Amino acid sequence: MSLIELQDESAGYNGKEILRGLNVKIDAGERIALVGESGAGKSTLLRLFYERLGEKAALMPQDSALVQALTVFHNVYMGRLHQRSVWRNLRNLVLPARRDVDEVRKVLVPLRLEEKIFSGVGELSGGQYQRTALARALFHTGDIIVADEPVSSVDEHQAREILATMNAEKETVLLAMHDRALAIEFADRIIGVKDGRIVMDRKSAGMTPGDLDNLYMNPDV
Amino acid sequence: MIDRRDPSPLARAVSGFLFVAIVCLVFADIAISTVDPWREFGLLLKGIVTPDFYSTDSLALALAYTLAFALLGVALGNVFGFGLSLLFHLRLVRVGCAFVRAIHELFWALIFLQLFGLSPLTGVLAIAIPYAGIIAKVYAEILEEADQRPLSAVPVGSGRASVFLFVRLPDAWAHFRNYSMYRLECGLRSSAVLGFIGLPTLGFHLESAFKQGQYSDVSALLILFYLIIATMRVWMKKPLLPAYLVAAIVILPWSIGFSWANISRFLTEDIVPYPLRAGGDGALAAFGDWLAMLLFDQAWPGTVATVQLTMIALVATGFLTLVFFPLISPLLLGRVARTGGHVFLVVVRSTPEYILAFILLNLWGPSMLPAIVALSLHNAGIIGHLIGRYTETVQLRLDAVKGANRYFYEVLPRIYRPMLALLFYRWEVILRETAILGILGIATLGFYIDSAFSDLRFDRALLLILITAMLNICVDAISRSVRSRLRLQTTLEQR
Repeated sequence: MSLIELQDESAGYNGKEILRGLNVKIDAGERIALVGESGAGKSTLLRLFYERLGEKAALMPQDSALVQALTVFHNVYMGRLHQRSVWRNLRNLVLPARRDVDEVRKVLVPLRLEEKIFSGVGELSGGQYQRTALARALFHTGDIIVADEPVSSVDEHQAREILATMNAEKETVLLAMHDRALAIEFADRIIGVKDGRIVMDRKSAGMTPGDLDNLYMNPDV
Repeated sequence: MIDRRDPSPLARAVSGFLFVAIVCLVFADIAISTVDPWREFGLLLKGIVTPDFYSTDSLALALAYTLAFALLGVALGNVFGFGLSLLFHLRLVRVGCAFVRAIHELFWALIFLQLFGLSPLTGVLAIAIPYAGIIAKVYAEILEEADQRPLSAVPVGSGRASVFLFVRLPDAWAHFRNYSMYRLECGLRSSAVLGFIGLPTLGFHLESAFKQGQYSDVSALLILFYLIIATMRVWMKKPLLPAYLVAAIVILPWSIGFSWANISRFLTEDIVPYPLRAGGDGALAAFGDWLAMLLFDQAWPGTVATVQLTMIALVATGFLTLVFFPLISPLLLGRVARTGGHVFLVVVRSTPEYILAFILLNLWGPSMLPAIVALSLHNAGIIGHLIGRYTETVQLRLDAVKGANRYFYEVLPRIYRPMLALLFYRWEVILRETAILGILGIATLGFYIDSAFSDLRFDRALLLILITAMLNICVDAISRSVRSRLRLQTTLEQR
């Protein structure tokens, strides 16, 4: 059964059309990377996917978007904000319940964040910060993750760790990436976006970064 | 020959304000009418250096009451203000808040005095109501400026209340806390001044000590008051707040009751314009006369004097700020001199302008002079402090000039715009303060309001208070449009 099916659709934001003529079908279990130059429309397409998926998907936005004034626990707990009552949420904001702390801890352990559970996110290093954003998405009970440049601000070692965790924990993975080599390595399908259109959509098996060159070359230059 | 440039809009606005202030000053009465002001001043100085902390037993109680009113008033104002800030998108709420904060605490206190007498409710509500209006506006702005990005990562289907709690509130919380501390400082000043109209706070004892010439008592009261404000960050700790609030409720004299009959008479009879209350034939014509008399004989001269005094005080505040901010600026003074500067600025900005005016009025006799000096000292103390702190962030190059040249060439051009922004921001505050100084006998709107209250003509008092509020709202709107037209940013401001 397909999760998303777009037929000649367009997308944009603030009333401005960015993408048109979109024809995409996405099935459960796929690992897809959107590649293309910055400004090509990757984020817009990803947002469109996320809107279609609704409650089933967790989002990891481009700038991580953690709440600065809260701890790692609170930020990760937000992944299930929609499944808990306001009272439970309020209680956990003021005084975290042991049961919820234990559940959050389970997500933090493999990400090596366990010791930081009650640290403010302002005190974290760049990698820890990004992993906290991932933990929040993993804590979300949906089995789809939609991630916009999830590894843009970490080194390659940490990037591999984050991408591998995503693939292991979530059934369906939709990414926007500017690192072509990582995209080919961790996704099994590549969608190329250029000038507001999908110009390429194929399996990543056997692909090399060089195959994506024409997505980046600007004919005007 | 060099072409003469057209003056910039900023230069034009500033010279306009200067011109208006000079015209106002020409027509102002600024005479010193006491026979020997210096003798009295000498006695005051002598009293100030010989504080007497043991003269009255009631000193501790006066301070406790001052704290209690401030704590309860600010706490209540915070609760209401926070609730209203969530509804601030509603026009009705915005207008309502603008209205309640346009009326000064003292005028609220004069009204509540008629309703609840000397019950603690009078003091608590007089602080809580206008503060709720101010706090609602500031909190709404803080919430609006909070980081919105985390909103995108919230799972689809999360409830609005949960999203508010987890995403919008946490970032705003620290700002709320800082602002509440500032409000508490204002609340302490307001609470002290409420004593002048009969509540048992600091102002009450200050007034009687002053009238009796016991300047050593005055000095002791003021010194303790400064200490309380200066050490606020030490004693005001979050875990202690509930204890403070309970203590405040316990010590206030709630046994002083009030009568419901009084309240209902005030609301249904006393505030109805007299001719309408009397009724009969020609009530409407009589009402017209009543209104004309009030508008022409009281509201108009009161408004003229209020605006006149405000304009003079505003410009005087500007000049005084230029003198005050260097006192704490590391660009201009060394560490030792700055410590003295800090103490001086804490004293001038912690002394409520009402108390300053009261003291000066007793020394110099009734005229606009005490009010001008009091308003400009207090406000220049506040703005000078903020500008001085701002200069701490300015990095001069190593070979920058020194002395007066540095002041005029390096520092003044940098602080000019932020200073004007703060001045325009405080314009409305100065107006509100000017109006209440009338209670001391200067012929601003407060004078007519206070007279109406003491003559038990509450219908007149209410109308005059409404006019004062409208004047405030107008000046606030003009100040906002001037600031936005001249692109004067007010990020510096202590709101």
